[in-house]
Amino acid sequence: MLTADRLAGGVLVALALGVLVESRALPIGSLRNPGPAFVPAVLALLLLGFGILLIARRGPVVRAADAGWSDWRHAVAILAACAFAALALERLGYRLTILIVMVFLLALVERRGVLATSLFAVALAFGSYYLFGTILRVPLPLGPLGF
Amino acid sequence: MLETFQNLYFGFAVALAPGVLLYAFLGCVVGTLVGVLPGVGPLAGISLLLPATFGLDATRAIVMLAGIYYGAMYGGSTTSILMRIPGEAASVMTCIDGYAMARKGRAGPALSIAAVGSYVAGTVSVVALMFLAPPLAHFALRFGPPEYFALLVLGLLVLAYMSTGSMIKALAMAVLGLLLGMVGIDQMSGYFRYHYGVVELGDGLGVVPAAVGLFGLSEIMLTAGQAVRPDVIRPRLRELLPSRQEWRESAGPIGRGTTLGFLIGIIPGSAHIISSFVSYAVERRWSRRPEEFGKGAVAGLAGPESANNSATSGAFVPMLALGVPSGPIPAVMLAAMMVHGVSPGPLLIRQQPELFWGFIASMYVGNVVLLVLNLPLVGLFVNLLRIPYHFLYPAILVFSIVGVYAVNNSVVDVWIMLGMALVGYGLRKLDFETAPIVLGLVLAPIIEMSLRQSLAMSDGQYAIFLTRPIAATLLAVGAALMLLSLRPLLTRSLDWRARLTLAEKGE
Repeated sequence: MLTADRLAGGVLVALALGVLVESRALPIGSLRNPGPAFVPAVLALLLLGFGILLIARRGPVVRAADAGWSDWRHAVAILAACAFAALALERLGYRLTILIVMVFLLALVERRGVLATSLFAVALAFGSYYLFGTILRVPLPLGPLGF
Repeated sequence: MLETFQNLYFGFAVALAPGVLLYAFLGCVVGTLVGVLPGVGPLAGISLLLPATFGLDATRAIVMLAGIYYGAMYGGSTTSILMRIPGEAASVMTCIDGYAMARKGRAGPALSIAAVGSYVAGTVSVVALMFLAPPLAHFALRFGPPEYFALLVLGLLVLAYMSTGSMIKALAMAVLGLLLGMVGIDQMSGYFRYHYGVVELGDGLGVVPAAVGLFGLSEIMLTAGQAVRPDVIRPRLRELLPSRQEWRESAGPIGRGTTLGFLIGIIPGSAHIISSFVSYAVERRWSRRPEEFGKGAVAGLAGPESANNSATSGAFVPMLALGVPSGPIPAVMLAAMMVHGVSPGPLLIRQQPELFWGFIASMYVGNVVLLVLNLPLVGLFVNLLRIPYHFLYPAILVFSIVGVYAVNNSVVDVWIMLGMALVGYGLRKLDFETAPIVLGLVLAPIIEMSLRQSLAMSDGQYAIFLTRPIAATLLAVGAALMLLSLRPLLTRSLDWRARLTLAEKGE
């Protein structure tokens, strides 16, 4: 049975092995004179140990599937909005990017009405720019249209 | 003693300057809002608002961030009492009796007791911080790389021991954080590690995007899908004052909570959560009417609420005196200080006395501001909770993106936040604590450097950690903790961590 601990342990083991493989490109040095790969390799071995312990231990059995993943649609939508922001921020500019993110979240994900979505999206995109960009003087990117 | 008071006088001259006072006030207001809003705890709040301090000098910036920190600790109690939703994790215990009091029509007195308890705890613990930090910093001047290495190892072991739930999981998360901290240019050899062609990773994974991703964004991902928000109990302003009986019942718990909270705050780990749990357990054990706990006992509210605020100041002791954060929130504060060119540690008090003493004095001022602010404005904060979450979370998301982007003006940080949010979401679903990851990330470069410097000093002899008395003592304490953690395996009884986990799950 795939328990939460086994799933997490498996991921940690895979990550530790990945770090060990990647560390081969760096000089490991010696016990007396550690190189740049030494500490990462020691940590990866520790992580490998903890991962194996998690897989093998007899703790409270919680199935990974029972962790309550029903909110995954919202989680994916939020990640997608965030990824779009990362891609578009320096291309489209701050205000346009945030406007699109808000319309996506409010109209498509939350199914809010056109008026509420438009008002909130415009207010947040331009209001937050005014707060951070103008008042607090945080340099926020401008798009090709100059805003 | 006289010197301390002279320094404090100097600190008040700094803290009461109109410019500094204004930012202390702003920090407290914003912090309270952050504490009240579900999904934005003090850690994410400080991380998000860090860019807002970039235009300020170091003293104002640190004073404002500290205001956000203890404002958030205050604010968390409001949602706990009125909605049974802890605004931040440390308010879990406040929910139990605070909400029960509110259900019995005593919401106003519950808020007052929480505010006064927090004020007393905050003020007394700042006095303790003021007297404890300078001698500790003086003592820490004897520390070399082996002592720092031993101290940091001990810190991580204590963090794992004090974490709720499984110690294996906590240690695995700390190691994961340390591993993430290995990304970037190795300070001793100049090798660029695990960069995959991304030049921006030269300075490593940023603490701010990691903290906002792990705590802020992952929390939004977990809560955005929840359909209905629970009702808010509205207190009447004219019924805020507790009765004489309630004052009497809260005095002892506030005193005990303050002492316990400060002592636990100094120890690395999730100090706020643990201090409020320990305080609740102590009050129930000492009570003549333990059966009232869970049904609106004043002591069950006053003790934990004081303890978690006292722990806030306690957590500053190792950070200011040793430059070693005792938990994820001080770790982010430490990173924020470094952004402003301040290096906390033994030399801070000598080299930047205006910052250290100004910071201490501003904590006194901040506590008064919070007491004055919280009670009259409770109606406003409650109204904030009425904003539908489908409007609130997109706004929090925007602030997360701005906050993270503005630290380095880099979209790479937004990608790091996104990755850490995904990691945090998955780990929390699988019942892992994410706090040790942030602490590991912050400590990784220091721990690696001190290990390699120690070995360079000793010509590769690991015995250096055992032959130097301070380092050996610290490591011995760490080993003892490891042995202690094995005790429940032998006795097959529930240790305090298991009991705390049950309490957090409301069982």
